[in-house]
Amino acid sequence: MRKLDHYKFRVFKDHIMRFLVYLSLVLVLIPLFSILYEVVKRGISVISLDFFIKPTPTVGEEGGIANAIQGTFITIGLASLIGVPIGLMSGIFLSEYNEHKLSVIVRFFNDVLSGIPSIVIGVFIYTLIVRSIGFSVIAAAFALAIIMIPIVTRTTEEALKLVPLSLREAAIALGLPRWKIIPTIVLRSARKTVVTGILLSIARIAGESAPILVTMGYWRWWFAGLDRPVANLALNVFIFATSPFESWRALAWGSALVLILIILGINIAVRIIMREKSW
Amino acid sequence: MVVPKIKVENLNAWFGKKHVLKNINMEIKENTVTAIIGPSGCGKTTFLRCLNRMHEIIPGARVSGKVIFNGINIYDKGVDPVIIRKKIGMVFQKPNPFPMMSIYDNVAIGLKLNGVRDKKALDTAVRQSLELVNLWDEVKDDLNRSGANLSGGQQQRLCIARALAVEPEVLLMDEPCSALDPISTAKIEALIRRLTENYTIVIVTHNIQQAARISDYTAFFYLGELIEYGPTKQIFENPKHELTRKYIMGEFG
Repeated sequence: MRKLDHYKFRVFKDHIMRFLVYLSLVLVLIPLFSILYEVVKRGISVISLDFFIKPTPTVGEEGGIANAIQGTFITIGLASLIGVPIGLMSGIFLSEYNEHKLSVIVRFFNDVLSGIPSIVIGVFIYTLIVRSIGFSVIAAAFALAIIMIPIVTRTTEEALKLVPLSLREAAIALGLPRWKIIPTIVLRSARKTVVTGILLSIARIAGESAPILVTMGYWRWWFAGLDRPVANLALNVFIFATSPFESWRALAWGSALVLILIILGINIAVRIIMREKSW
Repeated sequence: MVVPKIKVENLNAWFGKKHVLKNINMEIKENTVTAIIGPSGCGKTTFLRCLNRMHEIIPGARVSGKVIFNGINIYDKGVDPVIIRKKIGMVFQKPNPFPMMSIYDNVAIGLKLNGVRDKKALDTAVRQSLELVNLWDEVKDDLNRSGANLSGGQQQRLCIARALAVEPEVLLMDEPCSALDPISTAKIEALIRRLTENYTIVIVTHNIQQAARISDYTAFFYLGELIEYGPTKQIFENPKHELTRKYIMGEFG
């Protein structure tokens, strides 16, 4: 009889724990869905074809966010061009040249770098680049690249470390030098995880606003050269959300929606890539 | 007297502080199969991996002594381990084809990465290597499919073909049949016998009967030492050492 009571108590505890787990799940999802709901509800009303093909309007005129979309992609693209190769190389170094004395130091400073607030990185670039060539796409791209590098480095390192030793040994036993094994065997085996890390770092910088503000500032025109500023979705949200005009606030919600959709799109792409297993 | 293909002199190996191979002296003859037997943890695999400098890729691993291959000590300063491994190939316990590559590329990769660009030369090498391991007829229509979909025995033969494609002189095999069923094992054993025409083979095996079936010479290792080494017939019919006799009789292992 006591045994049965004991069993009932265990079942009871199981129910309680399950309830708590579901409760936390709901608590986590409420903010996410209320944000999404609010952004979609307010953003969807301004979205039209014009919204995607017209640039920032002046007061009272019709306009869109085409220049901000263009600017965001150019800035992210240039940042990736700078940040991805460096992150990739450092990741390879940390994983494949683990025995090197420098690797401990590199790993430590990479972790430090990933913890630096993005506004500090922005100010750093401000003193380094903006003060000599001015607010520009280049300055913003460098700031975003610095934010990307530790993310790409870490995910690349982790991805490469997952490649089984048996594959490396097979390649070494074929009499292949290490510099040939890394791109053809190791990187190729881990390419999906590596690409995932790169995409996630792009998603991360797509929504950055603080470092953009101090390196490029707000700009309402089309792209006019890498040494000039360009419009940006995150800054659209920042500037228009606090404006006194109804139509501009709507523009902010629309920009927010497009930004979220871009980031969501990247995350979905990651899911699709990861679904097909590497091996 | 045949000149030994590989001559091992005072070979010692460590993992960190653990002394796993103690003063091994041994001569491996050309175009023969030499079996390495002994209980688990006796240093068989480490010994094998010392023969093509695979031991040193493990962090903390260390080797001393000489392994003289074609008259050159492979541990001499200035000897590139990459070139040694090209000449002394290896097949592992668990079949490990490159899963992201086609069957064709699995065999061709060693040559491709060593600079062979000529498509015809690659085709010929792939075909010859696959024919040598009797896999050609089974896979000739699926050369562009992934090697990961083959059966375990086929995968292991693919790995042997991959090792043979770079034209080594010696083939080291680390329990190549331990993950395979009896039929696949029989195929690989027959293949090993055939390969002695052109290759020198050193095989580590847990299976004493296998050593008796396929090898010309047998070395018995125990606790990191070479206890007895000689023609397989003599080791099995008339072992000189009590430990060897006990191991072969299955009294421990």
